[in-house]
Amino acid sequence: MTHQTDRADHAVPAHLRPSATFDAATIHEIQRAAATGLYDIRGGGAKRRLPHFDDLLFLGASMSRYPLEGYRESCGTDVVLGARHGAYPLHLDVPVTIAGMSFGALSGRAKEALGRGASEVGTSTTTGDGGMTAEERGQSKHLVYQYLPSRYGMNPDHLRQADAIEVVLGQGAKPGGGGMLLGQKISERVAGMRTLPQGIDQRSACRHPDWTGPDDLTIKIQELREITDGEKPIYVKVGASRTYYDVKLAVHAGADVVVVDGMQGGTAATQEVFIEHVGIPTLAAIPQAVQALQELGVHRHADGVQLVVSGGIRTGADVAKAMALGADAVAIGTAALVALGDNAPRWADDYAALGTAPGYWDDYQDGTDPAGICTQDDTLAARLDPVEGGRRVANYLRVLTMEAQTIARACGKAHVRHLEPEDLVALTVESAAMARVPLAGTSWIPGAGIASGAPGGW
Amino acid sequence: MDALTATRELDLSTVPLRSVNALLHGRPVDGHPPLGPEESVVLTRPRGAHAVAVGLEEPRQVRVEGHVGYYAAGMNQRADVVIEGNAGVGVAENMMSGSVTVRGNASQSAGATAHGGLLVVEGDAAARCGISMKGVDIVVGGSVGHMSAFMAQAGRLVVRGDAGDALGDSIYEARLYVRGSVASLGADCVAKQMGPAHLEELAGLLKAAGFEDDDPATYTRYGSARSLYHFHTDNAY
Repeated sequence: MTHQTDRADHAVPAHLRPSATFDAATIHEIQRAAATGLYDIRGGGAKRRLPHFDDLLFLGASMSRYPLEGYRESCGTDVVLGARHGAYPLHLDVPVTIAGMSFGALSGRAKEALGRGASEVGTSTTTGDGGMTAEERGQSKHLVYQYLPSRYGMNPDHLRQADAIEVVLGQGAKPGGGGMLLGQKISERVAGMRTLPQGIDQRSACRHPDWTGPDDLTIKIQELREITDGEKPIYVKVGASRTYYDVKLAVHAGADVVVVDGMQGGTAATQEVFIEHVGIPTLAAIPQAVQALQELGVHRHADGVQLVVSGGIRTGADVAKAMALGADAVAIGTAALVALGDNAPRWADDYAALGTAPGYWDDYQDGTDPAGICTQDDTLAARLDPVEGGRRVANYLRVLTMEAQTIARACGKAHVRHLEPEDLVALTVESAAMARVPLAGTSWIPGAGIASGAPGGW
Repeated sequence: MDALTATRELDLSTVPLRSVNALLHGRPVDGHPPLGPEESVVLTRPRGAHAVAVGLEEPRQVRVEGHVGYYAAGMNQRADVVIEGNAGVGVAENMMSGSVTVRGNASQSAGATAHGGLLVVEGDAAARCGISMKGVDIVVGGSVGHMSAFMAQAGRLVVRGDAGDALGDSIYEARLYVRGSVASLGADCVAKQMGPAHLEELAGLLKAAGFEDDDPATYTRYGSARSLYHFHTDNAY
């Protein structure tokens, strides 16, 4: 959302008290809605303050725990995803993957850059709504092919070319909602891949067209395995909402890997009201997912179901915290785009021309991305060098990994997957309750009794 | 295998589905020589199995003698599959090319998201026939259920009988031809004039499906009013 003013800003007298309920952004949104009659569509994830990984701290080793030497003792980062049903699993060198983002939302060069970066550090990237591009497949050592409700560009040849298949039921920014891609981005190539008229505002379905529930999903997964001769691991991705039940049903349906995307997870285009008001924070979703996997006996077993978590991962600390709570790997989307160059100060003048500023820009949907990443405008897209972009993504992934290792070693762990909830405390009552770890300095886990067994009230 | 007719018969009550599909994919299967390039296949006693003859890539005649479950002939490419019975949910879903013929009735989502090829359902098709179709041609001998051709993007759907509620809801550029009644049209789907090109197109589809005796002039064409192609406040109902 851009903020436009039709008169010069005036200094606000210090004695005036702003309303917490009707803050400046809220007032602006009411005025904008009244002027246009349109709801706001933007990209990115929830902007509101939510209980998040920042509300957790690690208990580094001291007397009662034995740390590993930070620079000399090894700390593993590899992860194997999808071995449960005999498919060829993905062997990733680092537990940070690139989340699904479509060609269409992103330029072809941006998709290529993500593939280059991920491949350089030995991790996976993921297609998105609209199908697989040749440049993405060509540059991605491990490529996960999303199978979405719209089935735009869905091609069985691409299923067979993929390294894994991700059945997408929803995403954290909009669980229960379908995608959209505005006409500015429906270029000739995008339209061709999606079998749509060029330039229309495209809507994606929110439900799969040929199955309607978990029992049907079981049969759908059977079909996908039959088509690919059982070679491809099957992921199931859900937007975080009723996570405990969704994860259980996904596992029963035959998922090899479950991906849980919290409400901080980004989108290329969704209604603001959806992004900010539907779904639950990533922090609240992980323990529910882990509980479901543990009750089914498939959490962190050699032939178990792996948990990939996304939604607001920014630092190696976030990676480590997600894994300590039980994730086997994480996925990044928005952060990867920032690493590529989105919201970079070098484009400050262009952002200003759009009525925004570096660090605030969230109009991923309108095709005018100054960094040339979320666009189908050839001139803008040319601003991103896919080789340089790939290098930046690889650098960032390495930093995330090294940071996670640093924390793991400090906690005495020889592998980042050895991190555990016992290594964590919470700074707030809310985060303690959601993450199911004690409030710092206490042994109190709010709601601990409630959280055993089926999560009543969720 | 019958050497004279080059037809392989596989009994799904004794040969595992996995083996059958693997053979059809050209994969080695213990106890079964690979299929020849011209060899047709007859699958007997499917007993409602799901995912029968899915993911076929090569030109091949496949006949299924009996009823099948979900996703029969799903994602078909180049093969010609005939089902001598009824088909469950999602028959020929996401077909790319080739043809699939159902001698009986089809359950919901027949031909869902299919990009190409020809799907013929000689009986009735249930709800959501042709949902999100992306280029396939579908000819239904009987009637179709509600929400058929929902978000249909491209291709042609021919219904020789009646159509249920909300036909063509949120349709894009697919063309629908219905001979009987339509319970109701979905959002943005409207009746359109039949021009000579449409009559010719419909006649060709009917002929391809074996219904060449139908008079195309007795059909009504439906398609998109294109009023939902761009977001506007008036669409937010």
